[in-house]
Amino acid sequence: MLRRLRRRKIRDRVIESLLLLSGLFAVFITAAIVYILVSESIPFFRHIRLVEFFTDTMWTPMFDSPRFGILPLLAGTLVTTFVALCVAIPCGIIIAIYLSEFAPHRVREVVKPFLELLGAVPTVVYGYFALMMVTPFLRHFLPDLPGFNMLSPGLVIGIMIIPYIASVSEDAMRSVPNYMREGSYAMGATRFQTAVRVVVPGAISGIAAAFILGISRAVGETMVVAVAGGLQPNLTWNPMESAATITAFIVQVSLGDLPHDSIGYQSIFAAGLTLMVTTLIFNIAGFMLTRRFREVY
Amino acid sequence: MTSERPLKIGPEAGEAEDRAVQMGAVHLSGDEARRNAAAAAPIKARATNLDFYYGNFQALKSINIDIREKQVTALIGPSGCGKSTFLRCFNRMHDLTPGTRYEGSITLFPDDTNLVARNVDPIEVRMRIGMVFQKPNPFPKSIFENVAYGLRVSGRRSRVGIAEEVEKALRHAALWDEVKDRLDSSGLSLSGGQQQRLCIARALATRPEILLFDEPTSALDPIATARIEELIATLRDEVTVIIVTHNMQQAARVSDYTAFMYLGELVEFDATSRIFTNPGKKATEDYITGRYG
Amino acid sequence: MAGAVETARAQLYASVGRRKLLDRLFVLLGMCILFAALLTLAVLFLNLVHDGAGRFGWDFFTSFPSRIATRAGILSAWVGTSLVMLVTVAVAMPMGVAAAIYLEEYAPKNWVTAIIEINVTNLAGVPSIIYGLLALGLFVYKMSLGESIATAGLTLALLILPIVIVATREALRAVPRSIREAAYALGATQWEVTAHHVLPYSTGGILTGMIIGLSRAIGETAPIITIGALAFIAFLPTPPLSGDFPYVNFTWLSDSFTVMPIQMFNWVSRPDPAFQVNAAAAGAILLGMTLLMNGVAIYVRYRFRKKINW
Repeated sequence: MLRRLRRRKIRDRVIESLLLLSGLFAVFITAAIVYILVSESIPFFRHIRLVEFFTDTMWTPMFDSPRFGILPLLAGTLVTTFVALCVAIPCGIIIAIYLSEFAPHRVREVVKPFLELLGAVPTVVYGYFALMMVTPFLRHFLPDLPGFNMLSPGLVIGIMIIPYIASVSEDAMRSVPNYMREGSYAMGATRFQTAVRVVVPGAISGIAAAFILGISRAVGETMVVAVAGGLQPNLTWNPMESAATITAFIVQVSLGDLPHDSIGYQSIFAAGLTLMVTTLIFNIAGFMLTRRFREVY
Repeated sequence: MTSERPLKIGPEAGEAEDRAVQMGAVHLSGDEARRNAAAAAPIKARATNLDFYYGNFQALKSINIDIREKQVTALIGPSGCGKSTFLRCFNRMHDLTPGTRYEGSITLFPDDTNLVARNVDPIEVRMRIGMVFQKPNPFPKSIFENVAYGLRVSGRRSRVGIAEEVEKALRHAALWDEVKDRLDSSGLSLSGGQQQRLCIARALATRPEILLFDEPTSALDPIATARIEELIATLRDEVTVIIVTHNMQQAARVSDYTAFMYLGELVEFDATSRIFTNPGKKATEDYITGRYG
Repeated sequence: MAGAVETARAQLYASVGRRKLLDRLFVLLGMCILFAALLTLAVLFLNLVHDGAGRFGWDFFTSFPSRIATRAGILSAWVGTSLVMLVTVAVAMPMGVAAAIYLEEYAPKNWVTAIIEINVTNLAGVPSIIYGLLALGLFVYKMSLGESIATAGLTLALLILPIVIVATREALRAVPRSIREAAYALGATQWEVTAHHVLPYSTGGILTGMIIGLSRAIGETAPIITIGALAFIAFLPTPPLSGDFPYVNFTWLSDSFTVMPIQMFNWVSRPDPAFQVNAAAAGAILLGMTLLMNGVAIYVRYRFRKKINW
């Protein structure tokens, strides 16, 4: 029995190391992402100076005399993200408050899975939706809206990220302890007042985390803008124009047949790196804001 | 641990005797033979200067106790006194929590193994010492598989052998008649009391040398509790039992020896009849008369 | 004096009335937005079905892509999707479950664990196209796997790994401590406790997470485009099973392929409206598969929750 026990223990050790390796694989993926983005961008930045990259207002890698100013792509990304957030944040928060503070238990249990389906729809399908349904619909009100524009994909991305914002915020609100609500009710507050003055401030760090998640999604969203936003880099802050985002540009180059060692091809890694850094900046900003506003209870 | 005690005479002692009768200390009913047997029983385990630490917090302070073979030893004391902590030293359950530390020894006889020694494998210890928990915790497997699990873990292969052991264990746990026709249904389909007896059968199947009970009836109704208590009384013939209980009547009813613990220390340890009729320490008397705890 | 009290009370009632009205208005608003969101989903699906109605039929599933819209089908796309998903499951399931077991059951509280945890959380927020770039740099260039089914499967596996890890951890955490203690008390080793008890009892949650992850992977387009998958594939990969010895082969792993979302994207981006019908039909099927998988996931979770009631 003791020899068997020793065997069992050796097996345990071996398995534990294998499990640890799998855990470390997550670290490896992150490292690989950073390594690939940086190492593949280096040849690009040998040709293009950083100053040029960040100040040039044209992004025309396919032209004979290519120019590499990231600003137009960055502007496209920020505009679509902004439009998306204008939809997703109010809707997401209202839905979260409704589900967490007002809706009966049964309603919540039934509605939540359906709401989450909104986030599960393939993005290329959303692209089709934006191009073939939302844009024509918007044209009833905005006759000058071009067929490719940033407004329509922005709105659709907004719908897409509602469930992320709603469900993370709702979790945060539900984890606000009940005695805080009771305190408010005992003072004669209504549900709505309690929700707005007690629950939301109490859950603010979780709600901020939900926003960050939503922003990351919107910034990184690719197919909706690639399908419905047009693929022309265009330095504009007007959502009613057509423009390309960082992600849409990467798709466009991948679809083309640029040679692998051309600078145009290398530019997608530089674009990817910019995207990563943008996401990171939003995350850090969110993290710092959250720390600042966290209510301790 | 047989400390000298001042002899009590007069009305005081009489009162104590009455109290013990009320509490149901069965051994007072003149079961002299039983008490003699208890005194003569060989020692199964001996804790010597046992200290136990959670990080920097010392939860047990220099415990010395002899556990006698095939006797029931009850650990009593107010919540947080360390009785469960002490119990869990016997099968090294604390090893599952990081930052815990034992000092001193618990020697298991006859082979003189120090259960809490660092070089003794906790798994080996747990294969020799069974445990029944506060809340019934059957696995969500069939009744049969629940009881067979310990045997399978220790490497038993023979299907017939396992089936025999399972039946034996279920009979010992007084559950066989209730479940023999549905050994394949889930352990969770049983009632609370049956689940706890299933857990006892599960622990008995591997024929442990000591069986630990950690407040085994605190989650059960009075009828189920009575059945478990009867069961513990019969188990005495098979196995050494240590039981933690917050219920003094229960300690008085089921145990041969009682240890009273307070603030991580063993205050008093003696035959149950003595503890409940003629405690040697003021603290013990205060506790069993309900003055605190 | 009495008049003053009366007025104060009247004011109080009025204020309560106003505040309660606000409550009701908010409920109305919440329900409207919720309804609008769910309506969008329904409209989206029904519209796709309506627009693509002309193309539903056996031919659509059994035809290769074509330059003539009405002859084009999704044969290579759905076969490609199935094979890619096979690779994804084969990689993401063991890796994800193993990592989750480590973090939940084994990991000591130290800096290594902290780093792993932070990485898993961050990976969940990395945009999918970045995984595409990673795959392009790592699998396609450095490991020379080419624009193959293996590359696509691996890419999507990395992408859904955080989803699988998070879902599995949640499922493992739901197994009560008392069950682990019971097994330990019978002399089980840590791995035995995990393999005999914790894992089997959390199968439902793990499966749910895996299906949700796959439903995400099945619709992913951007990373697959980035690794250079082609849309026009008028042939099928080598069948993985064959009648001759050794019956199973792995040459299909290095074959070129296309998948459903790429096929749809290709059709959407063509100017000819006839292809939009194909796009709608493919979109309806893709969305239908996604919804079905999510439905199955919810059902699995529900079933297992009913089966084990701690």
